[in-house]
Amino acid sequence: MADPTLLDAPTISHLRALEAESIHIFREVAAEFNNPVMLYSVGKDSSVLARLAIKAFHPGKPPFPFLHVDTTWKFQEMYAFRAKFAEEHGVNLQIHINQDGIQRGVNPFDSGSQVHTNVMKTQGLLQALNKYGYDAAFGGARREEEKSRAKERIYSFRDRFHQWDPKSQRPELWNLYNGKIWKGESIRAFPLSNWTELDIWQYIYLENIDVVPLYFAKERPVINMNGTLIMVDDDRIRKALPDAKIEQRVVRFRTLGCYPLSGAIESEASNVPEIIQEMMLTRMSERQNRLIDKDEEGSMEQKKREGYF
Amino acid sequence: MTTAPTAAAESEIDAARAQEEELIKTDILGFLKQNEEKELLRLCAVGSVDDGKSTLIGRLLHDSKGVYDDQLADATRTTDTGERAIDFARLTDGLRAEREQGITIDVAYRYFSTPARKFIIADTPGHVQYTRNMATGASTANVAIILIDARLGVLTQSRRHGYIADLLGIPHLLVAVNKMDLVDYSEARFAEIVAEFRAFTGQLGFTSVTFVPVSALLGINIVDPGAHRMAWYGGPTVLQFLEQVPIRRDVNLRDFRMPVQTVIRPNLDYRGFAGQVASGFISKGDAITVLPSGRTSRVKAIDTFEGELQRAYPPQAVVLRLEDEIDISRGDVIVKSDNQPRVSRHHTAHVVWMSDTPLDPGRSWLMKHGAGYGRVTIDAIEHRVDLETLQPVAGVSELKLNDIARVRFTSHKPLPTDPYRQNRAMGALIFIDPVNNNTVGAGMIAESDRDEGKAEQDGGTEVSAAERERRLGHAPGVLWLWGGADAARTALAFAAERRLFDGNTLAVVLDDGDPRYGGGLGVGLAQAAQRFVDAGLVVVVGAQVAPPAGLGAIDLPLSGLPVDDLDKATAAVVGAAVQAGMVRR
Repeated sequence: MADPTLLDAPTISHLRALEAESIHIFREVAAEFNNPVMLYSVGKDSSVLARLAIKAFHPGKPPFPFLHVDTTWKFQEMYAFRAKFAEEHGVNLQIHINQDGIQRGVNPFDSGSQVHTNVMKTQGLLQALNKYGYDAAFGGARREEEKSRAKERIYSFRDRFHQWDPKSQRPELWNLYNGKIWKGESIRAFPLSNWTELDIWQYIYLENIDVVPLYFAKERPVINMNGTLIMVDDDRIRKALPDAKIEQRVVRFRTLGCYPLSGAIESEASNVPEIIQEMMLTRMSERQNRLIDKDEEGSMEQKKREGYF
Repeated sequence: MTTAPTAAAESEIDAARAQEEELIKTDILGFLKQNEEKELLRLCAVGSVDDGKSTLIGRLLHDSKGVYDDQLADATRTTDTGERAIDFARLTDGLRAEREQGITIDVAYRYFSTPARKFIIADTPGHVQYTRNMATGASTANVAIILIDARLGVLTQSRRHGYIADLLGIPHLLVAVNKMDLVDYSEARFAEIVAEFRAFTGQLGFTSVTFVPVSALLGINIVDPGAHRMAWYGGPTVLQFLEQVPIRRDVNLRDFRMPVQTVIRPNLDYRGFAGQVASGFISKGDAITVLPSGRTSRVKAIDTFEGELQRAYPPQAVVLRLEDEIDISRGDVIVKSDNQPRVSRHHTAHVVWMSDTPLDPGRSWLMKHGAGYGRVTIDAIEHRVDLETLQPVAGVSELKLNDIARVRFTSHKPLPTDPYRQNRAMGALIFIDPVNNNTVGAGMIAESDRDEGKAEQDGGTEVSAAERERRLGHAPGVLWLWGGADAARTALAFAAERRLFDGNTLAVVLDDGDPRYGGGLGVGLAQAAQRFVDAGLVVVVGAQVAPPAGLGAIDLPLSGLPVDDLDKATAAVVGAAVQAGMVRR
């Protein structure tokens, strides 16, 4: 056989390199923490994350549960997709709702997006993490998404109160992630750190991964709220905004969250290649239609400090 | 050796970009096919305040269309003269704290792609107090970009950045001589800087060093050439270099190493060892050795989600199945039997210290190497590197934050290593403070002594694990009984201890509910167990919860034992101990 040092390594495409990195992260976390959990948000990044988790432990199953922190304001199609996903993949999917928030009547219309997100999502998440004593939680955040995320570690250390301190992050070298924590502290692990939106869609296309149909263009009833198209997903929005004019428009969603907080875009893209085509040709920032980031300058950084993903 | 890519015609990049855009418009499936095959290049950009690094990165992102419109709007400012101009530096600064200080304070990652490649930029600040950040960004990079201000020439910090990039093993160095517009695009000035810096990099280990004269502010030679201004320059632009520099040959394909991350065991018929190929390659049928144990077998199959592979290369994540049932656990390294690294406890390494807590001889730290944690004790600081002169300074008693030094240390367990220069994956380790768990240092192995075994025969100063095992006649380990009723668990633990002891195994019970310890060892249980294992003992733990993954304990939930019959349950526990070699044969 020829001297292998004379052979060039076969080209590993960027997607396969990212995939291998993500699988490595999944295996590290699963092996070195007592009680990991995977945060599942039903969105496209979660679909990719789930595929990678399944690959990492094949032919076994991911040795951790999936957790959806449900604000009760997700799109109906997300709930349907969630049920189908759990059944098809046989994963242990836990659902947590902040009952305290429900009892106090928190909702995106009366409470405002900030309070709603903080109570139902951030506090809900912290409740669930405390309740089950998870010491590591996988999330689908990507560094490319937002400026404050660009400096997030792959193993992001959180103190006993789940807080992130951007000024005292652990240095992270090579792929030697430091998983040492004391009781009560935890790590958020981000296997998709180095993926871009294009990578996510390309991977969904390449691997034929199921995503919520809301990503694809279709005629849907929407209300134009100061230039943001909000979909009429159930009666609650009609009660909250009785005078709003409902129009039928061909729209789709670039990111999915609570339906009253997720702006639709007008689009004809009805399959994955068309979405990629539109994305490449339009160039708008990924989160611009998610209203929570616009509340204040640096708002994502603030949320992250408080424990939001 | 220098392997600078050749210069391209002015329109080449534009043409490629236009072609890609056309492909997106007219043949999206064709674009996806092309995009799917792009290679990934990681680069590390280093610079100091005011040398234009953020501007250069902003330019790369902007001119290669890696910036979204609303981000661009955010970064557009009205200048003093009333014009609207893009503040390129603002495209890249991230956190509130640094926006307030006006400087980058930590490593930030940026992403962009061109028709040729996808890029990850680690954007790291270069002030002297932030050596640790540069080391972090440099640790995974294929290419380092250093900026030199054409007016100021080669500064101490330029050399320091070059030195650290080389120390972290980055193969390719690109030196952007910036602000050429402020020196009248002078060829002589450029040549002067090249000559001076080359004299320095000639002493280092880079595979290639390339110089590009640029103006980041005006966008000259970043993406597009500025031929009309610098007709004398025939080399590539920064982006052309990044698109063309060959990186596949930088991968070590000679030394197969795979640290085992986890054992995959979905059923009794399947036992696979999961890991990422760190270097070299492995083929079905190859003879392998597991380190540090030295057990051998052959590769029966290389499994992935997509199916079996005949051969696996870096950085593929795979699962290896072996012909023989041998004991392998997380942290072990699988290598080819005919190409083995040194397995040693005594090492010399370059260390970048990253903590306010000093490194001094005699102190012990946790460390992570490959997929395993362990402990190390610092034996001596051979010398510190003066970051002004880059000369060694001997007689140093401790290392402070951002110091770089050559250090000798002992790992408490034998460690399979390669010199970092030969193999980044097997020569790298991080030091962890056992008190607060912070990552406090980065180590790059220079060499490891060929001392294992010898030290034991000679009766070296430190008693090794192998020596203890020979003396006691059994392997150490943890039998972790957990769950069930407290009383039943405690009774079973002491029954197992008695039977093991009677069989000449030095066993000891550590029980959560043991009254001798005032009703609970709490969080210290695993640590305490580890200490006894280090001492060669068999520990029978009684706990309410499952064992932590890192401990390598034998997992014995009471729910899986015949607890109603103490004799039977004890026999089952002892049986597990016998299987793991914890009882004399």
